[in-house]
Amino acid sequence: MSEHIPNGGLRLALRSLSKRFGQREVLRNNHLVIEPGEFVAIVGRSGCGKSTLLRLVASLEKPSAGELLVDGQPVQQLRDDTRIMFQDARLLPWKRVLDNVALGLPPERRGDAQRVLQQVGLGDRLSDWPAKLSGGQRQRVSLARALVHQPRLLLLDEPLGALDALTRIEMHALIESLWQRHGFTALLVTHDVQEAVALADRVILIEDGAIALDERIALPRPRARGDAAFAAVEKRILDRVLQQPDRAPPSTDPPWPTPAAHALRWAV
Amino acid sequence: MSGGLGSLAVAPSTPSASTPANTPTEAAAGRPSSWLRSAGRTAARRALPWLLPVFLLGAWQLSAALGWLSSRVLPAPWDVLAAAWTLAASGELWTHVKVSAGRALLGLAIGGGLGLLLGLLTGSVRFFETLLDSTIQMVRNIPALAMIPLVILWFGIDEAAKLFLISVAVFFPIYLNTYHGIRNVDPGLIEMGRTYGLSRWGLYTQVILPGALSSILVGLRFSLGLMWVILIVAETISAQAGIGYLTMNAREFLQTDIVLVGILLYAALGKLADVLARGLERGWLRWHPGYQKEVA
Repeated sequence: MSEHIPNGGLRLALRSLSKRFGQREVLRNNHLVIEPGEFVAIVGRSGCGKSTLLRLVASLEKPSAGELLVDGQPVQQLRDDTRIMFQDARLLPWKRVLDNVALGLPPERRGDAQRVLQQVGLGDRLSDWPAKLSGGQRQRVSLARALVHQPRLLLLDEPLGALDALTRIEMHALIESLWQRHGFTALLVTHDVQEAVALADRVILIEDGAIALDERIALPRPRARGDAAFAAVEKRILDRVLQQPDRAPPSTDPPWPTPAAHALRWAV
Repeated sequence: MSGGLGSLAVAPSTPSASTPANTPTEAAAGRPSSWLRSAGRTAARRALPWLLPVFLLGAWQLSAALGWLSSRVLPAPWDVLAAAWTLAASGELWTHVKVSAGRALLGLAIGGGLGLLLGLLTGSVRFFETLLDSTIQMVRNIPALAMIPLVILWFGIDEAAKLFLISVAVFFPIYLNTYHGIRNVDPGLIEMGRTYGLSRWGLYTQVILPGALSSILVGLRFSLGLMWVILIVAETISAQAGIGYLTMNAREFLQTDIVLVGILLYAALGKLADVLARGLERGWLRWHPGYQKEVA
């Protein structure tokens, strides 16, 4: 592992990025620059387009207009230095923990997989089946699987949404420490404003497919949740999120649009 | 039959009837007695399911011995056992079992292999699905046994006819379950595999095939069941060797004991195949929570 010589994060730029599914415009003309090594959180109501933005950055969807630049170069396809942590851990149930983390690695790098699993505190569960792990442990395996590739951009798609509050706080500390250690650029999509404030350098609010707020969080790390300054920032952002009354009734969360999911069956 | 009911009611009490032999020690210490009694109770519970089969066998043997049951209808169980022993000792039994099992397995290999291959193809490549699937679904509705007259015209009554019938019958369960297994692999896992840099081949061998495996094995177990049924029918129509030949030949000479040996052989082979298929499931689906309890 090159944790001593981190590759460093990459610089991400969105230029008038738009996405529509059929008639519905999910993202409208978004501009955003994320500096190398920055931790950016995207918050917003369900169905606001934040997950779609993440999928565009991951090249799992193609933008309808505008472009996506990494280090100044337009992105066309899946990048080897970008990894995603999904909301459901998406571990392969038929592979043991170590083999899940070593997925897509050359065999000589299995040692790396073992080391990263130790970093996430699962060094003793290498040969367990995923079915035997708790939800939090599964997400830690999924985090290890992403980190073993030494990504320069880590995309986190509500990875902690299904976890209980205590496990979530533990995972925040773990993600923060690994981010500081590896130096990748991180883009976190979440509906939890407290999570965003706890982790991010910048919090971005998306409303109706457009960036409505871009706020730098100047709190020193590690951030204490009980802190008055923390609470003030959290309240301000939460108030801003709640300000706009929901115009359309919230549709049942369409971040994974069905046509794309169907197309994936034909991946081979 | 009333005598049978009487022995049924009496039998469960037998284990507890044997306990009084230990009364001296029981009286000395209170605990062993309760332990013994519960052990006796578990033994009774274990024995209970065997009671009826043992009773039926006994009744059968008795009525054959007393001449109530003609050996042309059913030979005594003891005679069946003796016939099986003679056949096994002469080696005749094994040659016939080998021929029958060979036929069944070759048919399974041909039909099942083709089913697996086409299922993988139509499940994975849209072009082949459009090209083949509706045709296969139409042909599927023809029962294999309905084709017997045609098959005899095509292949005569030789080996080829039997192999063809078995292959056709086992093809469809394996094809259908492979196809559905592949289609039902979680698209989220496939997407994950792609973003984690798996090649197409890697995606296929590490995500899609293992994901479809449990469904493919269900198809295999269905096929095994069909395989024996078709084999029996095909061998009964005509054969120069095999269990079917053994039984049909014995029928000519009214050797009902050998006919029964043949029937029991089919049953044993069917059971063996099912046990092997279960073993495969337990080995290949170790990761599956549904199979972990049996292993642990």
